[in-house]
This record gives sequence, structure tokens and C-alpha cells, in this order.
Amino acid sequence: MSLRVSELRVYYRTLKGDVKALDDVSFTMRDGEILGLAGESGCGKTTLGKSLIRMDGRMRHMGGTVELDGRELPIGDDRRMNEFRFHEVSLIPQYSMSAMNPTRKIGKMVGELLGSRGVALDRAELESRLDLVELPRKVLDNYPIELSGGMKQRMVMVISTLLNPSLLIADEVTSALDVSTQKAVAKALIGFRDAGFVKSMIFVTHDLALTSHIADTIMVMYAGKLAEKAPAKVMVTAPRHPYTKLLINSLPEVGVRHADKKLSGIAGSPPSLLDPPAGCRFRARCPVAGDECGQEPPVVEVEPDHFVACWKA
Amino acid sequence: MMLQLDNVTKVYKVGAFGGKTFAAVDGVSFDVRSGEVVSLIGESGSGKSTIGKMILGLTSVTAGSITVDGVPVKAAKEYYRHVQGVFQDPFSCYNPVFKADRVFQLIKESYYPQVSAAEWDGRVRSAIQDVRLDPGQVLGRYPHQLSGGQLQRLLIARALLLDIKLLVADEITSMLDASTRIDVLNLLAELKERGLGVLYVTHDLSLGNYLAERTVVLRNGTVVEMGLTDKVFGDPLHPYTRKLLAAVPRLNAPWEDAEPTDTCRYHAGGASGALFEADADHFVACARLDGCPR
Ligand SMILES: Nc1ncnc2c1ncn2[C@@H]1O[C@H](COP(=O)(O)OP(=O)(O)OP(=O)(O)O)[C@@H](O)[C@H]1O
Ligand SMILES: Nc1ncnc2c1ncn2[C@@H]1O[C@H](COP(=O)(O)OP(=O)(O)O)[C@@H](O)[C@H]1O
Ligand code: SF4
Ligand SMILES: [Mg+2]
Ligand SMILES: [Mg+2]
Repeated sequence: MSLRVSELRVYYRTLKGDVKALDDVSFTMRDGEILGLAGESGCGKTTLGKSLIRMDGRMRHMGGTVELDGRELPIGDDRRMNEFRFHEVSLIPQYSMSAMNPTRKIGKMVGELLGSRGVALDRAELESRLDLVELPRKVLDNYPIELSGGMKQRMVMVISTLLNPSLLIADEVTSALDVSTQKAVAKALIGFRDAGFVKSMIFVTHDLALTSHIADTIMVMYAGKLAEKAPAKVMVTAPRHPYTKLLINSLPEVGVRHADKKLSGIAGSPPSLLDPPAGCRFRARCPVAGDECGQEPPVVEVEPDHFVACWKA
Repeated sequence: MMLQLDNVTKVYKVGAFGGKTFAAVDGVSFDVRSGEVVSLIGESGSGKSTIGKMILGLTSVTAGSITVDGVPVKAAKEYYRHVQGVFQDPFSCYNPVFKADRVFQLIKESYYPQVSAAEWDGRVRSAIQDVRLDPGQVLGRYPHQLSGGQLQRLLIARALLLDIKLLVADEITSMLDASTRIDVLNLLAELKERGLGVLYVTHDLSLGNYLAERTVVLRNGTVVEMGLTDKVFGDPLHPYTRKLLAAVPRLNAPWEDAEPTDTCRYHAGGASGALFEADADHFVACARLDGCPR
């Protein structure tokens, strides 16, 4: 088992009270597994990614544990986490394309970054990884501004994985890219896993169609909780949670035309996480909700590797 | 016929002292009719936003002409009464220190000062309902208290308060999640049914296909293929269109292999990019492929 997250709770402190952005989330990941993490804006995806590597000042670890390769990660302890960052867990953050230092040539920046971690730069290794993501070696002599969005994104991937972390978290790394660049970045991520540069990966995105191509397993979150987790193929062909079903039905495939088939979004919006409603958090929007949904549905393994939190799944 | 682009070119000055030039848009012609959505598709940097900005008078046209109902683009109040734009990042259109609904008040002050406050309030509420929002939930709130999708729809409501004939929507759906995205697309479809013309700029081919009657595929500032969406996507002729379509991830099918490109160098823009009509309302630029009919 590569990653085991148990009953994790992470809240944001605000003036109005705690925002319960991650509320009792449990799941595991196998060695070599790519986990696609999907769900509406605000459901807690970025919060989960950040919790596994670096909490920001307003985040509080309220309970639960995270184990990576059998060792517990001290996620609530910023200083002790340092030992794990970059070596064991690495994050490509949302909007990371603009995060590279603009005043340094890329090759120089990589050298300095590794130096700060006490590791010498292996030029040949770096070059072979550039080859893998199809970046010309001369990018090392460029400034970040000289690369296109997709090139920058691939460069950030190479840098974040140079120390072969066990777990890589990629947060919305393809959302701002056009389709052909998206495909190149996605293939590069799979290549990194296949080459063993990272053992396992969490790929966060809004885009279920894209995730279904990259991920072995897809996990859908709703309002700070796990709604459904299943092998990618099962998730897109036979989802069991009403929320997942609606989410998949709102995707226009190439070939669907408004004139022929009007798709619809999910009516309503997610509940506030300051004071989430009791019972199932999807209840107010759920087309099949019943009386039992006033109680919180437990996460149940309905089939091997297929977990659902819904009374009617 | 309403929006008409005729051989439109935009040359930017680049380099430290503007010593070099770069043609971001090169000889583009197409039109958008009333009651029609036309999608403008292309990779980033292909010139889509530059075209949108020229139509909205936010940047000048270097050569060629853009007209709406025969009248050239003019960055003036009367023009904006009929032509409005909505952009990718809705947050940038709001001033965070003011309530979001201030955007409506600004429209009243500059276009409808004679309308009474009570009547204006009624118009605002009905425009907000037109974009399927609940006025009670969105009025009186600050931008950070609303989601991206809500802010985006308020901007469309603002455009509806004017007597618009043409809406330019530039990547308005790329930051939205799947469910909100469909709501916004269905709203654009309703606008078209009410007789508006919509230019829908996107890099997402399946969204363009869902919505648009006609499609224009742009590459390096020139049109490589355009016409009825059914034909452009159903029978794509240019290898670049095929390459884009092959890259679209589909839920239940493996990624298609990219079109082999070694037999062909696409024209990198320039005069040779002339379009020819392959079929009724289906135009393609010669890609100099073997067996190319030209
Ligand atoms: N600094 C903060 N203070 C208070 N609440 C926060 C803060 N950051 C995030 N939140 C809240 O926590 C919840 C989860 O946010 P998170 O960023 O994890 O969402 P996400 O699923 O990554 O969304 P997106 O798809 O938009 O990136 C949201 O309700 C959000 O409003
Ligand atoms: N103000 C500007 N000055 C110089 N070059 C620009 C300017 N705005 C855009 N460009 C360039 O013009 C090209 C087209 O840009 P844009 O229209 O924004 O593309 P798209 O919207 O299709 O991504 C790009 O190469 C971009 O870098
Ligand atoms: S538990 Fe009830 S409300 Fe929640 S998703 Fe299932 S049926 Fe709907
Ligand atoms: Mg996020
Ligand atoms: Mg653009």
C-alpha cells in the first residue's frame, strides 16, 4: 500500500467559524496507482492535496492520519514535514505555470533548487527526463517567459519529480491548456509513473473525460466528503452515486449538439461548509433523496474497489 | 448578415523598441449572422482573443475591415449598446471593494439615466432571472461571495440590459466546472434563439460542437477550415483540424492516434492560405497534402 488516508479532517479557520473543507475522508492508494480526483469547484480537492504536503496558515489538522509507504506523515507539523517534501511527496500546484522564478535561466534555477536540498544536479538524468516529456534540451538556457504554457507545465513536472518522490500531486495542471497540449502533458504524467520516477500520483481536475484516460481509479468528492471511488472504467460506465451520475451526464461528448440533445447542469449549488447540513450533504440537490437521507450515509464497498456513500446506491 | 470580418489583419510591434512586427491575425474573413452561434477554435496563441478584441474595439485593426450591420467598429457608446463582450476571468471585471451589482448601476448611469430607479430595478431583476439566477441570492453581495459561474452569468445579464445584437464570449467556460459550464452554454443557446449573434471563442472542441451552427478553425492567425459545424467536425478536411479532434479526450474511447504529419507541412500562414469551398458552406485552406484537390 502506498498511501493510506484515514478519517482525515482539515478545517480552515475563519472569522465566521471553521470551514469544514475535508471532513472525515478515508481512502488508500496502491503502488503505481494514478488516482483521479474530481468534483465541483470548492469541494475540497486542493485542500486534500495541500494537506498531504504543506498546509497554509489558516488550515488546521483536526483529526485523522496519513500514512505513506507505512510511515505516518506528520502533516500537522510544518517543520517535521520538511524531511518528506520533494523527497517523498511532491506537489505541482494549481496555477504553477506562473510560479517559476522569472529572472533565472531554467537550468540555473534547477541547479539552485537541488542545491538547497543538498543534492547535486545530474545533468544527464535531467536531459533524459526532458526527452521523455519532449522538451528540447535547450530550454535549460531559456527564461520561463520564453516557454509556452504547455512547455512550462512540463518543465514544472520534470522539476517536481527530480528526486523520485513516492507520491506526486498534480492539481489542475491541464485545465488552462488546449487539447493537443493537454494530451502531451497527460501522456508525460503517465510516462513518469511508468518510468518509476514517481510511485503513485493524485491527478486533480474538473475534467472527467481527461481523467478517465490518465487515472486507474477515480475518486469524486462532494462538499468535503468522499462521494464515490471506483476503477476509472467503472466510474464512467457504471457510476452508482447520484452526484457522479449527474456530473457525467453534464459532459458534452464530441458529437452531441444542443439542437439534438439538451444537456443540463445540476440544479442548485453545494452547501456552505461553514455549517453543512446534517445527513447527506447532497440531499438538497439529489433527485432521488428519501427520508433515510436525513442520516449521513456511510461509505460502503459495494463491489471490490468500488466505494459509494449513498443510501440508495 | 450582421458581423462581417473582411481580410482582417492585426500586426503587433514586438521586441524591446518595437523594432520587429508579428502578425497575430493574418487575412481573416468570416461572418456571424443574427440568431447564430459561431465558434472560433484554435490553440492558445492562435489569435482568437485578438479577433475578439478587435471586434470590441479594444485594439485597432491593422488592415481589412470589421463591420456590424454595415457599420465599422467604433469604440463608442452607441456601438457598445449593440455589441458586448464577456471574458474568461469574470473576477477581473469586478472591483472587489464594491458590491457585484454595481456593474448594473454603471449601465444605467451611462445609457438609461432617464429611467426611474424602480423601473430599472425591475429590468435588472428580470435580466438576472433570464440568466437563471435568483436575484435575492446574488444582489447586494460582494464579488468574493459569489462563485465564478454566478459572476459570469451576471456579466451576461449586464449585456442583456442593453439592446445587444452581438455577444463576443471569449473562453468564458474554461474555468467553470462541468455542471456550471453546461448552464452557461444553454444560456448562450437561448440568446441565439432570441435572435442574437454570438461569437463563442474556445479551445474546447466538444463545447464548440455542442453549441455552434458554424465553426472557424484558426491556426497561427489564419483560418485553416470553416463552415457548418456538422461538416467541419463530421468531415474534417484539414490535417490540423483532424489533429485537434484526435486530441479531444472522450469518456469511453481511447485517445485516437494523431494524424501523421510527415507527408505535409501546413502553410505557416501567408498568402498561400487561401480557402476553397470543398462543399456547400465548408471551406478549407490547402495543406499541400498528397492528393490535395488544388
Ligand atoms: N483560505 C481559506 N479560508 C477559508 N475557506 C477556504 C480557504 N481556502 C479554501 N476555502 C474553502 O474550502 C473549500 C474547499 O476549497 P478547495 O480550494 O479545496 O476547493 P477545490 O475543490 O480545489 O476547488 P477548485 O476546483 O475551484 O480548485 C471551499 O469551500 C473554499 O471556499
Ligand atoms: N499586446 C500584444 N503585443 C504583442 N503580442 C501580442 C499582444 N497580444 C497578443 N499577442 C500575441 O498574439 C498572438 C495571439 O494572441 P491571442 O489573440 O491572445 O491568442 P489566443 O486568444 O488564440 O490564445 C500570441 O502569439 C500573443 O503572444
Ligand atoms: S444518500 Fe440520499 S440524498 Fe444522498 S445521494 Fe444518496 S439518495 Fe441522494
Ligand atoms: Mg482547487
Ligand atoms: Mg485567448
